[in-house]
Amino acid sequence: MSEPILTLEGIGKAFGPVQVLNDISLSVMPGEVLGILGENGAGKSTLLKIISGIYTPTVGTIHLNGQIFSALDPITARFHGVAMIPQEFNLIPTLRVYENVFLGQEVRRHGFLDHAGMRKRTQELLSSLEVDLDPELPIERLSVAQKQMVEVARVLVNDARLLILDEPTTVLTDREVAVLFRVVRALVAKGVTILFISHKLKEVKDLCDRLLILRDGQQVELCETATLNEEDMARKMVGRELSQIYPEKLAQSTDNTPPALRVRGLSLKGKLKDINLEVRRGEVLGFAGLVGAGRTEIAETIMGLHRKEQGEIFIDGELVDLRSPNEAHAHGLAYLSEDRQGKGLILSFNVMQNITALSLKRYVRGFIKHRAERRQAEHYQQRLTIKASNLAAPVSLLSGGNQQKVYFSKLLDIEPDILILDEPTRGIDISAKQQIYRLIRDLTEQNKAVIVISSELEEVIGIADRVLVIREGQIAVELNGDDINEEQIMLYAAGARQHANREQVGN
Amino acid sequence: MAQPPNTKSMGSVARQGLRRLPLNATILAPLVALILLFVVSSIASEYFLNTRNISNVMRQVSYTGIIAIGMTFVIIAGGIDLSVGSMVALVGVVILYIVNSISDPIQAVLLGLLAAIAAGGLLGLFNGLLVTRGRIAAFVVTLASMSIFRSLALYFTDAAVVSTPNPHFSSVGGGFLLGIPVPVIVFFGLAIIAHVLLFHTPYGRHVCAVGANPQVARYSGIRVERIVLSTFVIAGICVGLSAIMLTSRLNSVSPSDAGYFYELDAIAAVVIGGTALSGGRGSIWGTVIGALILGIINNMLNLTGVSPYLQGLVKGGVILLAVLLQYKRA
Repeated sequence: MSEPILTLEGIGKAFGPVQVLNDISLSVMPGEVLGILGENGAGKSTLLKIISGIYTPTVGTIHLNGQIFSALDPITARFHGVAMIPQEFNLIPTLRVYENVFLGQEVRRHGFLDHAGMRKRTQELLSSLEVDLDPELPIERLSVAQKQMVEVARVLVNDARLLILDEPTTVLTDREVAVLFRVVRALVAKGVTILFISHKLKEVKDLCDRLLILRDGQQVELCETATLNEEDMARKMVGRELSQIYPEKLAQSTDNTPPALRVRGLSLKGKLKDINLEVRRGEVLGFAGLVGAGRTEIAETIMGLHRKEQGEIFIDGELVDLRSPNEAHAHGLAYLSEDRQGKGLILSFNVMQNITALSLKRYVRGFIKHRAERRQAEHYQQRLTIKASNLAAPVSLLSGGNQQKVYFSKLLDIEPDILILDEPTRGIDISAKQQIYRLIRDLTEQNKAVIVISSELEEVIGIADRVLVIREGQIAVELNGDDINEEQIMLYAAGARQHANREQVGN
Repeated sequence: MAQPPNTKSMGSVARQGLRRLPLNATILAPLVALILLFVVSSIASEYFLNTRNISNVMRQVSYTGIIAIGMTFVIIAGGIDLSVGSMVALVGVVILYIVNSISDPIQAVLLGLLAAIAAGGLLGLFNGLLVTRGRIAAFVVTLASMSIFRSLALYFTDAAVVSTPNPHFSSVGGGFLLGIPVPVIVFFGLAIIAHVLLFHTPYGRHVCAVGANPQVARYSGIRVERIVLSTFVIAGICVGLSAIMLTSRLNSVSPSDAGYFYELDAIAAVVIGGTALSGGRGSIWGTVIGALILGIINNMLNLTGVSPYLQGLVKGGVILLAVLLQYKRA
């Protein structure tokens, strides 16, 4: 058999005192597809960045193409045929397909661009991938899947021998995934090695020869794909105790309380189909699912940010028609967006102005009562321990955790009854997280209804009394009690388990 | 718990006190510049501090200053209005037509004033609707309407100066109240109202929010389009007021010269005053100071006999300097 193209020996990586990767050893052969599985934060992207030369490993050696390195840099990695297709494409929307394929590596003749040559070469590459795409089309007119193919063609110009695909299928439809897989197999037949990262267990099982499973930076498993079934994979990815950062859950079920918010048959064109859910006062309802499954869309549609196609929304049993966030706020709903800086806070505004952004009416008697605003901001500063030296300074100067607390204060200041919290602890440190979990429980103890949307399984499990798993714009399952565990959520979120109809599991 | 240690030195008390004032770093720099300019000017020319000269400078400043106040709202909300100069001419023509078409002289003047504000507001509405409903960039919309308004003013008058025999009209913009020219009183009165609107009402807060991040504003339940539209209407009304002052002072309007290049002076005043061209923050007093700075510079150049051809160079230099300093601070 031939030599491995890439061998890692005892690779480890630490950021300061934090060990993110530990003793990773593996080798991959030309023409092999290696799947890499792991939860968010398991160390997948760190490993990929080491292979593509972006990060320097703390310990260990890399054998690439028969040469030994203690660290790679992006240029050396690229020279030896390592290429990566990122989740976010780096294409220029206004340029044509062939111009993008050769961007930064343009072919010249007598000093001028050789358009004909580049067009021809692009056509050849695309047809070798069996993709029917006109090299003359501008990128902005392509679908996501076609853009991905342009990225593939781009790395092939460099004669890539080791191709890293980072969650390539999250943005694709089933049919497009099939095309991608055909392309991947064509590349493999040419002897290209593929590192394939995905959350979707079924795809990994279909495509990969071998599997590397990471958990907390450790190599848990490196084996032939055929030896594991999907449930084994999910179990190996997880298998960890939840630490005590979550407050106690509800002692008794709230089943008998009437729902504060009830959604019937909610649909949003191309995004959501027939969403039914209810959330009661005093409970935390979790939304789990993969990124792009439609969880945020459910929240934003309820808030009147998208025009719903169908469906009814009841608040405390009363049918309401919410066509703007304003109307939603008036009915006691509040939404914390996952995009704190893009949709949540005005970074140039100060702490006070941000906190009263929704509730400003209450501070107006003819004119805005700036002193009342300040008093209220001081109240939240104390209640949520917001660390800000100056309430009049722009919130852009605060840390992520403190910004998030300001954002929470903004919602709390309209005294909502139903809160929808989208990734409430994204990008904040562990102590701030703990405070926010405590706050969420306090809210339910004040008889408010809370929905928590989270991509961190641990968080959903730790905080939610009930969990809805969302997959491809639909509710895949409702989990209760002991069935709220990582294995179950993963199986439904990744589509390893399906039901013709949604069902309840547990209790 | 995490309270900072309670060390109230003199410095921190003073700083706290300063913070309470509407002065902050953004407005402090132009204010210092204005004071310096004032001192230098009074040394450079003996005529500068002459009451008549000061009164004239203030009056000159008022015409573009009133417009600059409206412009401040548009710019804070993330837009721009290039059409204000042409709008002055068109509204001026409308005023004189109304004044001349009504026989009762008092009634004529009153209706003329109302018509000016209505016409300005409507023209602003026209710009605003194209920006919000038409989803065209404000720069493009107002570039086009700049051309349209001027053209209409020229067409209606056949490019001829329109004047009025009305005996009362000229006392509006040419008159004095307590020894102060009426336009100056209107300018400062408007500045106070605008300042209150911008800093002490929810409306002003919403204007800043929309300019800083329209997405966040939308998610916060602010009607982004309505706010943007309203800033153009405010700018239009301000143009209406300025047109009243200008035409009544001259007792006539020249459709080709009236308001010529006013848009540049107004934008310059806003920028010198520290309002960010990218929107989101700004101050009315900054704009007032910016307008005064421009006016005094103009006056100085005239008094010291600098070639009129060089005045544009000095004005441009001051604008560049102001923006450079802004970026340094940011």
